[in-house]
Amino acid sequence: MPDRTDRRIGRRGWLRGAAALAAGAPFASAPFATLRAEEPPIRVGFPVPVTGPYATEAADQVRAAQLAIAEFNESGGMGGRRAELLVRDDKLDPGEAATRAIELIEKDRVDFIVGSLSASVQLAVNTVTKQRGILYNSISQSDQIVSSPDWGPTSFHEAMTPHMTATAVGRYAFGKFGKRIAYVAADYAYGHEMVAGFRAVGAGIGAEELAEIKMPIGTRDFSPLMPRLEALRPDILFLCNFGRDQQVFVKQAQESGLKRMTHIVAPILLQTARIAGGAQAFEGVLGGTSYYWGIERDVASAKAFNDRFRKAYDGRLPSDYGALGYSGVRSVLSAAVKAGSTATEKVASALAGMKYDFYKGPQYYRACDHQSVQSVFIIESKANGRVPEDVFNVLETVPGQEDLLKTCAQEGLG
Amino acid sequence: MAGLSLDLLALQIFTGLALGAVYVLLATGMSLIFGMLTVVNFAHGAFFALGAYVGALVLAMGGNFWLALFCVPVATGIAGMAVEWGLVRHLYGRGIDDPLLLTFGLSYVLVEMIRIVAGTQGLPFDTPDALAKAVDIGIGYFPLYRLFVIAVTAAILLALWLFLERTRIGLIIRAGARDPEIMRVLGVDTGRIWRLVFGLGTAIAGLAGLLAAPLQGVSPEMGNAILADAFVVTVVGGMGSLAGAIVAGLVVGVIVSLTALFAPEAGDVAIFALMAVVLLIRPQGFFGRAGLMS
Repeated sequence: MPDRTDRRIGRRGWLRGAAALAAGAPFASAPFATLRAEEPPIRVGFPVPVTGPYATEAADQVRAAQLAIAEFNESGGMGGRRAELLVRDDKLDPGEAATRAIELIEKDRVDFIVGSLSASVQLAVNTVTKQRGILYNSISQSDQIVSSPDWGPTSFHEAMTPHMTATAVGRYAFGKFGKRIAYVAADYAYGHEMVAGFRAVGAGIGAEELAEIKMPIGTRDFSPLMPRLEALRPDILFLCNFGRDQQVFVKQAQESGLKRMTHIVAPILLQTARIAGGAQAFEGVLGGTSYYWGIERDVASAKAFNDRFRKAYDGRLPSDYGALGYSGVRSVLSAAVKAGSTATEKVASALAGMKYDFYKGPQYYRACDHQSVQSVFIIESKANGRVPEDVFNVLETVPGQEDLLKTCAQEGLG
Repeated sequence: MAGLSLDLLALQIFTGLALGAVYVLLATGMSLIFGMLTVVNFAHGAFFALGAYVGALVLAMGGNFWLALFCVPVATGIAGMAVEWGLVRHLYGRGIDDPLLLTFGLSYVLVEMIRIVAGTQGLPFDTPDALAKAVDIGIGYFPLYRLFVIAVTAAILLALWLFLERTRIGLIIRAGARDPEIMRVLGVDTGRIWRLVFGLGTAIAGLAGLLAAPLQGVSPEMGNAILADAFVVTVVGGMGSLAGAIVAGLVVGVIVSLTALFAPEAGDVAIFALMAVVLLIRPQGFFGRAGLMS
């Protein structure tokens, strides 16, 4: 049933996407006049799930990506060539995403593709871009995209991997709360990869695993898990699910009293899910994130990015996954400028090993697997603050180092 | 499984009964509409979501949960009656497919309207303070709010039974379901009766949505998944049977709960497996009349 819903609302999503594009238009149109009109623009395809359960996050990705395009054009583009963003709705469906990617490449003649908001969707896009020799920068989590056999010379990964997220969050949690642990995981790639990541950390310190409970994605009532989890009383409950599933679980952990007996730690705490779930439900929950706007107090590039975002979008602040849309597009365009070309091989070799600091402090693409090495932030939900996005405290910044990542040999790329 | 005690099992079953309460409410409204009007209401999940959003609106306007408990069924009941008057009644007597397709389309329209008005992201919905704690029920701690949901469900069912069995309007409704023609001959405005029944069904759906809101938050799609579950309950219990909706709702709740304990990965499949088995052995469901759909 949900699938059909997603399909039917396609048109509405398009309108929303179009509105988002229109919002970015003022940036794009002004510098256009000053640029050489005969040059074809650099086209960046941007397939994201504009409709469906992650529509809110996807809309923010589009906003942030538009900002990167606008900045690029304002700064004169690449020797006068401006850039444009082609937003497509992948409907969170791998088949749909592959179709959109093929159209973007063959019909729209895009130079690069950036996007996606799910592990399986990005792998579908990656298969298409790899075959056709188009550079793809993925902005959602996956271990597989930087591992053999999925990885290819045109595959780049701006988002964190589940392994590095779980390693950073796991080290923090094990150090603080204890060694008796239980997992509740969504029964698909994301959940499995996160559990594997925590397990790797736990194995090193002799953690005791009490239970691993895999639940179907889209579960709306977790209350049947509570009696068992309460009986087990783990020191840490790693909650490896995402979006609304996560929101519903923490709400029900609150009402059942489970929260008083254990520490709930999520590998990824989404800003949007926390806002929709409310402060009461998320009280005391901690987790990791690739970005929280609140780091602007300490990180200059975050301040600059937030300010531009605020200015462009009515005082709004970017979300974690939204911000990835910005850095994903900006890094590819920067590499094109560096390479002085949009040819795939030249841009890929400029991007591999590239060091940059666009919005969250220093990052670089590891040369051997094209994974962006970056800091992971440990955050905790707090009471609602001054603005709607003021929902987390940053507890710790885990600096981006390669010991958070699998080695390229472990990924089968050595 | 390690650590499986009798208390845990008892608590698990009790959790399932609480889970079943929401199914019972939703399936009751659906069964009521089908039993009386032979309309399969696919928009039932949308009214469920609508109820939760009306509740959120009441709270946002400074009201409290108890006020919402009154306003929501009134609002979704009126909305349901408007839908019956404007759309559904024109299709009476045209077979079972036409109203089914109509309400199917309507569910998209309603959910989309919710998205346009209230956004795609969903809204937080806190448990009312007085009920936001867990209490010891002898076999373990249990959320007070879920006990409250069971109590409200029982009260609604009792009220509905009294209404249908002990009041004059209830008598007319039951007679109308059996032989509408005679009722018209006797001078009863059956159109108004059907409108009332449809509104009653959607009012209960809206109330179920409000009761579910503190359990899972509010989102435009919240009715979609639960609609499928409610259909399973309705079919297993027997289309149009209120007793069937109650028994099947509780059975499905307990099955979901026990599946989560012993084989959580199979959570999606378990209730559909139950439905398949019931349909094979008893095609009309627990309490259904054979041939009602034909």
